[in-house]
Amino acid sequence: MSAHGHSDDGTDFAHPMPLPLLFGVFFALVILTIITVFQANFDLGSFDIVVVMGIATVKAALVAFFFMHLAFDKPFNIILFLGSFVFVGLFVIFTLGDSRMTSDSFEPIIDDPIASEVVPAETGM
Amino acid sequence: MSTTDVQPPDSESTPNSHGGDHGSHDHDHPAFLAHHFDTPEQQFDSGKLGMWLFLVTEVLFFSGMFCAYAIFRMLRPEVFEGNSQFLNTKLGAINTGVLLFSSLTMAWAVRCAQTEEYKKLTMLLASTLSCAMVFLGVKSIEYSHKWGMGLNPAGYYTYNPANPHPEGQPNFLLWLCLPFAVITVGVLIWLAVSFVKKNTFQLACAKPLFVVCLSFFGGVGLGAILESGGDAEHADGDHAAAGDHADAHGDLHAAADGDHAAAESNETGDLTAIEALARNSANTGLQGELDARRRQLALADGTVMSDNTELVATIDEASGDVYTPRTAGVFFSIYYCMTGVHAIHILAGVGVMVWLLIRSIRQDFNRQYFGPVDYVGLYWHLVDLIWIYLFPLLYLIR
Repeated sequence: MSAHGHSDDGTDFAHPMPLPLLFGVFFALVILTIITVFQANFDLGSFDIVVVMGIATVKAALVAFFFMHLAFDKPFNIILFLGSFVFVGLFVIFTLGDSRMTSDSFEPIIDDPIASEVVPAETGM
Repeated sequence: MSTTDVQPPDSESTPNSHGGDHGSHDHDHPAFLAHHFDTPEQQFDSGKLGMWLFLVTEVLFFSGMFCAYAIFRMLRPEVFEGNSQFLNTKLGAINTGVLLFSSLTMAWAVRCAQTEEYKKLTMLLASTLSCAMVFLGVKSIEYSHKWGMGLNPAGYYTYNPANPHPEGQPNFLLWLCLPFAVITVGVLIWLAVSFVKKNTFQLACAKPLFVVCLSFFGGVGLGAILESGGDAEHADGDHAAAGDHADAHGDLHAAADGDHAAAESNETGDLTAIEALARNSANTGLQGELDARRRQLALADGTVMSDNTELVATIDEASGDVYTPRTAGVFFSIYYCMTGVHAIHILAGVGVMVWLLIRSIRQDFNRQYFGPVDYVGLYWHLVDLIWIYLFPLLYLIR
């Protein structure tokens, strides 16, 4: 009689998140936001995008694992959600690679006013 | 399935007999448990799996826009750097904070649904909703300000540096606020009617919803204050020295179009004039304008460089003017598409959370039936998660 499993013997499947954890995650997120705004004042060169995306990913992980309860969720749900990012990665990487290789042939003109200057240099791209 | 619990031999009972014996095992099957589930846990897990699948489709859906962003930024990084200056980092940061806080209150609300703290649950859902409305309010300040300046998607991009705040534009902010004002008035009427009729349930629903509606205008006020912090004075100075500006900006265009070397010296001359003007009138607003001018000048310099070295210039070096409609419009197309679709998701979240709020006042949830709060929470956190990426990618490009 599986139907009896739920009400009387008090097997609660709910997993309330402890409040200190929620507040801790929130303050971590706010601090990371301040850091990411602050670092935009410095010129980190080509590392810029890596730093920015790194911080954003840490924040996203905090939201996903604690606010979205993923750290305590069923493994299948974790695989499902994280798996979607694998496909996003494949999608973006392949499209970017394709675009890098083929875009010049579709978009040789950078802008109207200086189109004439650009044409001789087209092969240099 | 549920019928098998009661009468195992008759496992394939017709819907009629099923409906008939539904009442007989009501004690076993609480009202919140759909009849095709054995246990509340099974019901919860099924719903949660469905919600995660939906979120996966959302991630993939947004990834299309992130991919477009990545392609255009890879091809024209200078366009993104240049036009990102038009986005107000302060407003973006405030909105990030507001969304993070709403995520906290939502996660807390899920906890309260699980622990059956109804008062708190209602309060927390209302504050999540209020944060969503503040976000939308700030966003409408951002949008209306950009539309007023002609910073529109490609094809509609009409921004003219010589006249950044053209007259005779419709009051975009008013139009954005109008639907929210209508809804606020509607909720106020509902509040009054339920108060007069002494309908306590409807009164309990209308009160938090009225606060939620008002927070949109709180967000508009907050956005207006922050926007004017660096900009109202700027606008003042803008109109005071309008003639001078027009001159200098016109020169900028000349620099882009034709005689670069000549324009360069001319340009710096005008710049020093404005610099002096800014110092003399002690107008802090002009200094911001000056800063922006210097940036544009630096870009114009880049064009000059490529002009001189025309024969060896590559496209990468000939960065061109990133503020022309052709290039800047692409940035703003991506900006409006990404933030706009995100804002639509916020609106959808507001819709479902109003439903949750009413159900929480009805005390529908308990420790075995908190699925709806949890699922909406998951959705809300995903919307927050997308903004976590949007904010640095759009606002913080230097």
